[in-house]
Amino acid sequence: MSGGFEYYQPRQLSEVLSLLERYQDKARILAGGTDLAVYIKEGIEHPEAVIDIKRCAGLKGLDVSEQGVYIGAQTTFSELVAHPAVRMDYALLWDCAHSVASVGIRNRATLVGNICSAVPSLDAAPALLCHDAVVHTVSASGSRDICIHDWFRAPRQTARQADELVLGVSFPKPAVRFSGIYLKLGRYRGEDLAQAGLGILYTQQREYRLAFCAVGPIPTRARRIEQLIKGKTIDAELLSQARALVAEEVSPITDIRSSREYRLHICEVMLQRGIQAVLERYDGKPIHAATVLGG
Amino acid sequence: MAKLTLYVNKELRSVEVEPRETLLDVLRDKLGLKTPKCGCDRGDCGACAVLIDGKSVRSCLVFAIECEGQQITTLEGISGDKLTDLQEAFIELNSFQCGFCTPGVIITATELLEHNPHPSREEIQEALSGNLCRCTGYTPIIEAILAHTTKEGK
Repeated sequence: MSGGFEYYQPRQLSEVLSLLERYQDKARILAGGTDLAVYIKEGIEHPEAVIDIKRCAGLKGLDVSEQGVYIGAQTTFSELVAHPAVRMDYALLWDCAHSVASVGIRNRATLVGNICSAVPSLDAAPALLCHDAVVHTVSASGSRDICIHDWFRAPRQTARQADELVLGVSFPKPAVRFSGIYLKLGRYRGEDLAQAGLGILYTQQREYRLAFCAVGPIPTRARRIEQLIKGKTIDAELLSQARALVAEEVSPITDIRSSREYRLHICEVMLQRGIQAVLERYDGKPIHAATVLGG
Repeated sequence: MAKLTLYVNKELRSVEVEPRETLLDVLRDKLGLKTPKCGCDRGDCGACAVLIDGKSVRSCLVFAIECEGQQITTLEGISGDKLTDLQEAFIELNSFQCGFCTPGVIITATELLEHNPHPSREEIQEALSGNLCRCTGYTPIIEAILAHTTKEGK
């Protein structure tokens, strides 16, 4: 076990911000702790201060309204999964939340913590990228709204400054009818990190938004493929053109979970099946995301 | 060292802890509760599962100091002086061999049955997906939960 740290459990936002101002990058924010506890125990991180924000006022809240979705920093994946309006109206977000590890992790882990940890396989990213989410931060010197497309910088690096706290993430409700799906390939169902993940948001205007995770240093939208298929009727020819672009969109590595070649191949399969599945969902057919890839 | 006060199996307990000590270590080494097991020690295996305010968590990923004033439930608190019907079903159907994963499995199943008393096989599999068992191949575990929940009167 690694060395100790000062533990703080502030009740007010102002206390969090003054602690962050004081400790800067020597402080770590603790919400669910499902990543941070591992990093500290395994000696990957050695914070001087751990600031537990679970009891801090002003960070609660999962709000789904006509305007859109707001996910406060204390919102766990279990809360997202249990929220009826998320399940009903935001299938992509629900799939992403539901595919995180297992119940015992989802009860604790937060979506905001997931994007702050920013490992390449993070399940929360595809939904936020497809919905063009905004990350709301605050520090002693002011607040910022950071576009999710500017958020991820490198594996485990984000646009967050050392003295900033993420208050929450939000995105607007799409103006037209839409549906979505998140496909995650793990080595087995439940508990595994993604070997590859693909989120798809489909709108009434026949716009497809596609976001991959776990197949590059940061999760990313597949804009070339989006451009290619936008407004078009999906047929075998178009799908094969889209598949051919996958290698330009993603840059997977070989690691313990799978090889680069396998990931490239499976991304093509996921693209094809994902597009078909999202169209079926849009037409009202019940599709269980976990079964689209079999297994 | 900081003084921590929390409820463990409905009993008010106070204990001195270092901030870096996990709930698992404090439960086992300072409070004498041995059903939460240390398997992987990184949140993957589920052997250390306990309930915090009724929700299952990995006690190896929680610093004890986070739990001030909270209700912690271990398997000792679930069974009390007598095995529960679910535990009896596990014995009846040989749902464990080495038994190391069993406390975590029962904790997880207890949480599931709390809000879904009659889960389908798929729902049980989904709920238990974070509890690794290296002996049984899972089938007898799922059978025991199903047998328990489909018994008359349930």
